[in-house]
Amino acid sequence: MSEEQTLAVEVSAIERLTPLVKHFTLSPVGGGSMPAFSGGSHIVVVMRAGAHSDARRGGARVHRNPYSLLSSPHELDAYQIGVRRMEESRGGSHFMHDQVTVGTRLEIAHPVNLFPLDKIARKHVLIAGGIGITPFMAQLEDLHQGRVPYELHYCVRSPEHAAFLPRLREREGGRVHVYYDSEGQAIDFDRLLSDQPLGTHVYVCGPAGMIDRVTATAQSWGWPDSHIHWEQFSAPPVGDAFDVFLARSNMRVHVPPDQSLMESIEAAGVEVPYLCRGGVCGFCQTRVLELDGEIVHNDHYLAEADRGKFIMPCVSRARCKSLVLDL
Amino acid sequence: MSAVFKPHETFRDDFTFKNSPHAIRRFPLPFAEDEYMYSVNIEPHTPGPCGSVLEFAFDVDEHYVAECRERALVLAAEPLRYQALPHMMSAQWDCLELIMESLARDYPEHFSLTKRGNRWRWINRPLNIDQSFVFGDTASLPREPLDFITRQTQGDFVVMDQREGDLWTEAGMVTTQADWSLDFDIGMTFKEWHGPVPLAHELGVFDRALKYLLNLRLGQPVRRLNWTMTVHPRLDTSPENYPMWGPDRATVTAQNAGDLVHLRVELQGLWRLPRSNGILFGIRCYLISVRELATIPKWGRRVHRALKALHPALVDYKGLSRYRDAVVAWLAPYDDGSPTTPGAGPD
Repeated sequence: MSEEQTLAVEVSAIERLTPLVKHFTLSPVGGGSMPAFSGGSHIVVVMRAGAHSDARRGGARVHRNPYSLLSSPHELDAYQIGVRRMEESRGGSHFMHDQVTVGTRLEIAHPVNLFPLDKIARKHVLIAGGIGITPFMAQLEDLHQGRVPYELHYCVRSPEHAAFLPRLREREGGRVHVYYDSEGQAIDFDRLLSDQPLGTHVYVCGPAGMIDRVTATAQSWGWPDSHIHWEQFSAPPVGDAFDVFLARSNMRVHVPPDQSLMESIEAAGVEVPYLCRGGVCGFCQTRVLELDGEIVHNDHYLAEADRGKFIMPCVSRARCKSLVLDL
Repeated sequence: MSAVFKPHETFRDDFTFKNSPHAIRRFPLPFAEDEYMYSVNIEPHTPGPCGSVLEFAFDVDEHYVAECRERALVLAAEPLRYQALPHMMSAQWDCLELIMESLARDYPEHFSLTKRGNRWRWINRPLNIDQSFVFGDTASLPREPLDFITRQTQGDFVVMDQREGDLWTEAGMVTTQADWSLDFDIGMTFKEWHGPVPLAHELGVFDRALKYLLNLRLGQPVRRLNWTMTVHPRLDTSPENYPMWGPDRATVTAQNAGDLVHLRVELQGLWRLPRSNGILFGIRCYLISVRELATIPKWGRRVHRALKALHPALVDYKGLSRYRDAVVAWLAPYDDGSPTTPGAGPD
């Protein structure tokens, strides 16, 4: 199965929502409509940076970053995504912010949903931190039309960082609760999660610390794991350079500090199956055949017992003398 | 090639169902080798050779009209063969869209779909249906969307919801099944639903299949073949009606096996659904008598060998214990011991 079945889109509008977040509208090249999707889905945007911008590697560099769809699943003339400029970027978010203009053509992979709403929930509690609001924007479009009660708790740094607040206030009114760090406001997770009706599901998307606190608090109040949902796409962290040997391809690949293992393998011409590129879905799980050193596991997928036997090349790296993978 | 429908053939009572020579040659034989064993034999559901059952997403063949009439007969007697839990409505519309778009694109001589925004018009010429409706508005159709469209499609359909890292059987149209019941299985998880299958659990087949399906991608459907055997060309072998068809198995002899016994092959397709994030599981049943099979010399040898060497647990699970030996004996004269060419297709 080819993982590179992509859709061609053209950037038809760009709006700066906050100092760090830009909003992009992606329209199908040649008209028509985009494929239908469900709230919570993400797409992977394939960015082919021009050769001149990356001359030291002597060729075009390809970024593939996942972004949640935040447009309404009921309006398919275009997709919308929100991109936060990451401070320590390997280049993807900087490319979107600095290189992409109205009219730029991009390729995207079909939507994948790793963060769906539970269809038999009696109530939904949505908790967003910062740019983590994006998957909820599309889900709210469905919730808005349904009969199941819901509430949204949205934490941001300060009023100027509240990217989607006007749109949320207009549509959702009193079901939106906003918390500004700058004013010392914070969600009281104990209060929120200790008093919800049976059958409530909680969803959290935001920084790792927030996800950990929500899941730990919910568990401490006896919530079943099946009712706790979270999504966090780790951007592949930067790190030390290392070399990897691909046993089946019989090929040595160098992984520079600012490129992920998966990106380096792809640049060498070897295809790695993926869905999320964020350490969540498990699709790129790869067997480690030999290791002299240690793996830096940055994923949210591998069980403790499997760490070391496997690696998720989308986000994880190694500090090692040698690493041999079953690829 | 567009099929010529045989609207009057039957799958019950006088069993007038037969395959034309064209239908025999395109039959999806599930035996790629002389020995058969389970595997997770899933492959991308990409268009196959022109004229084959894999050419299009949903195959419409010469039995189309007769199979739709058979389905209506079953539903009239047992309405619970169609069921959908309330939270599956968006998945129902996904299914209707997928099937209507596929049929209209692949068989424009038989079906057409025109859209003006949410106002859709569906024309099914073989069944003489012309229906205008509003996509998403259940009240604008005479039946629920899944019920409406699967009454016009060959094969059974199950719709699964994805949650809690599992797939839940929560809607379906099941009238051409190999001895399983939607009414019994509705609401089950993937492994509960497949509980009765022998050997495969131990081989880890369902762990791998579930993991694979949870990551099934939009626009990249997959398929596999499964098979069993049935006495008479009877589409509806349901557990509820076991007394009507079970005893037939005691009537098979080495003399009549070629005409009574049919190979029953399921072409199973799996599609990710866009709005609901559910999965549509299509189970299309193809029937062929052992005598029809043996008209292809390679298949006479191949099926004889595959049945003869079949694992005892599979013989039992597939319900063949009473008559497998009779079929093997009937086919023996068609197997001269010469090698078969690779692959399942006729020479």
